[in-house]
Amino acid sequence: MIEGILIGLSTALTLQNIFMVMIGCFFGTIIGMLPGLGPMTAIALMIPITYGFDPATGLILMAGVYYGAVFGGSTSSILLNAPGVPGTVATSFDGYPMAQQGKAGKALAIAAWSSFAGGTFSAIYLLFLAPSLSKVSLSFRSPDYFALMILGLTAIAAFSSKGQFLKAMMMVVLGLMLASVGQDSLSDITRFTFNNMNLTDGISFVLVVMATFAMSEALTIILKRNDPTAAAKQVSLTELGSIKIDKEDRKKMYKTIPRSSVIGFLIGVLPGAGATIASFLAYGMERNLVNDDEKQKFGKGSVNGLSAPETANNAACSGSFVPMLTLGIPGSGTTAVMLGALLGFGVQPGPRLYMTNPEIFWSIIMSMYIGMVILLILNLPLIPYIARILAVPKNYLIPLILFFSITGIYVMSFNNFDIYLMIGIAVVATFLRLYDFPMPPLILAFVLGGLMEENLRRSLLLSNGSWEFLWDRTLTLCILLTTVFIVIWHIYKTFKKKN
Amino acid sequence: MNINTTKIISLLFFIFSAFYLYTAYQIQVFAFDENAPFNAKTFPIYLGYAGLFFSGLKLILPDPETIKVEHKNLEYKKTAILIIIAIIYGATILKIGYFLTTSFFLFGSYYFLGERRWILMFLLSFPFVAAFMYLLHGVLEIYLRDPFLKLIGVMG
Repeated sequence: MIEGILIGLSTALTLQNIFMVMIGCFFGTIIGMLPGLGPMTAIALMIPITYGFDPATGLILMAGVYYGAVFGGSTSSILLNAPGVPGTVATSFDGYPMAQQGKAGKALAIAAWSSFAGGTFSAIYLLFLAPSLSKVSLSFRSPDYFALMILGLTAIAAFSSKGQFLKAMMMVVLGLMLASVGQDSLSDITRFTFNNMNLTDGISFVLVVMATFAMSEALTIILKRNDPTAAAKQVSLTELGSIKIDKEDRKKMYKTIPRSSVIGFLIGVLPGAGATIASFLAYGMERNLVNDDEKQKFGKGSVNGLSAPETANNAACSGSFVPMLTLGIPGSGTTAVMLGALLGFGVQPGPRLYMTNPEIFWSIIMSMYIGMVILLILNLPLIPYIARILAVPKNYLIPLILFFSITGIYVMSFNNFDIYLMIGIAVVATFLRLYDFPMPPLILAFVLGGLMEENLRRSLLLSNGSWEFLWDRTLTLCILLTTVFIVIWHIYKTFKKKN
Repeated sequence: MNINTTKIISLLFFIFSAFYLYTAYQIQVFAFDENAPFNAKTFPIYLGYAGLFFSGLKLILPDPETIKVEHKNLEYKKTAILIIIAIIYGATILKIGYFLTTSFFLFGSYYFLGERRWILMFLLSFPFVAAFMYLLHGVLEIYLRDPFLKLIGVMG
């Protein structure tokens, strides 16, 4: 492991890669601050640029964007009460009241230090857990992988759908259907191409991500007459106050950070859960654990109330890398985008990544830590200025997002059919978003579609077409029972809510 | 009877799944693969049934949280114009080249979204695209075909 860490450090600490983390953190912070434009959009916009680099550098850039976006989301939650990403909603509960009391600088500092500590703790957990899990996951067989993918898709549908499980499952099926377009991987038989040569290689992953996130996000903003930059214009450079955290507040954070990082990391590891659930759970747990005096301060600017969700959401970000790096199965929409990008580089994540591409495996883990340091020393003092940059009118912002989306597709294929297809998918996605059809399940399903078919093929061929492989192995059965439990629990919750 | 839009979307998805399933059954597989436990059409067939199942459930089950969209508050005109500009951009990019089409696309989008600061609009279109092209072409070594720049001798 020491050797791996050194390989990772030597890769992550090259001048180019440090620069990439800085660029990623900076760009991610800006995008993450804009309400509605989350890490998935930020990473999607970066994918075409990353293809100019080697896989390790490309992934380091994307990891930087991811952390930057989560950090940027916290900033807009605290300063504007407008969470840039769902994972930072809980941050606004105490961050915004603190800012209203003239302590915006302190709130930002608490958020930054908590994020840093949460990220650091979880990077350490990941450091030890990922190689062990990689070894365990080597014993996984095709039926286990197939069951695990069903679990991942069901979980993301259950957690990301705000009570609209069936809608999310429809999006899962749509994602899998889109993934089935093109040549069959084994027989090379073309499917659903309708004799169009442009579809023979299937639909590009970047195209689907750009269409369903970046482009449809931009169209939704125009359609709903939202202005994500309007609130940023209110930010004043002079009213942030001191960024110093006093001794008493530091003491409170010392207790909150370790427990919130554990819960954040564990929730992040679970497929489909992620930063939003982690931050709410950490917030709720912290409120139950503090004394009565502190409990009264929750919702009015509590240090614990701000520190807990911030620690947890960053810890969850690192945690979500665990299933992607060790099993090759992303646990969240954002890591699904990153997995797709990795596949684009020709790198297959999974248990063997640890052995076949140690420089990628370890440099991602190491760059997470470097990203945290950069966020702390670079972004914290620059936040007021970055917030000013956000006062760019939407009349400029929207065309620029469209420009980056279209250019991203164009430079990959030099084919205008892809541009039309992207516009078509974006229009449909915009319409579906209006009626609360979630997009992350679609992306995860699209990424997993090929792998899922491959594992089902192997399982069915090995069992001579019998579906017994689903309960032949204890591990497969356990994973499937977990899936059934999630579905039943979700149905129960819906009925309870209805009554 | 008042049918909400979510139900209509579910109905459309149901029809789409039926069409997908029909097309999946039409996939031509090799003769020796026809009776194999798994062939090129097996997975799509399952997907078609899954689509029918979930959209069918959504259609028949009551919708506890009906989403109401105020259509009169939506900005259809500007959205449609942006989509049309993007389609024109896609149609002309190969013939005219990246630089001119992208610059005009940006300039046109700013204009139709209501921007009227001409100098800023110009700076954020033509010079911006030139700088971006330099980044792609010069730094990242991603070749961009551009007949216009070739014609005036800027690109080789």
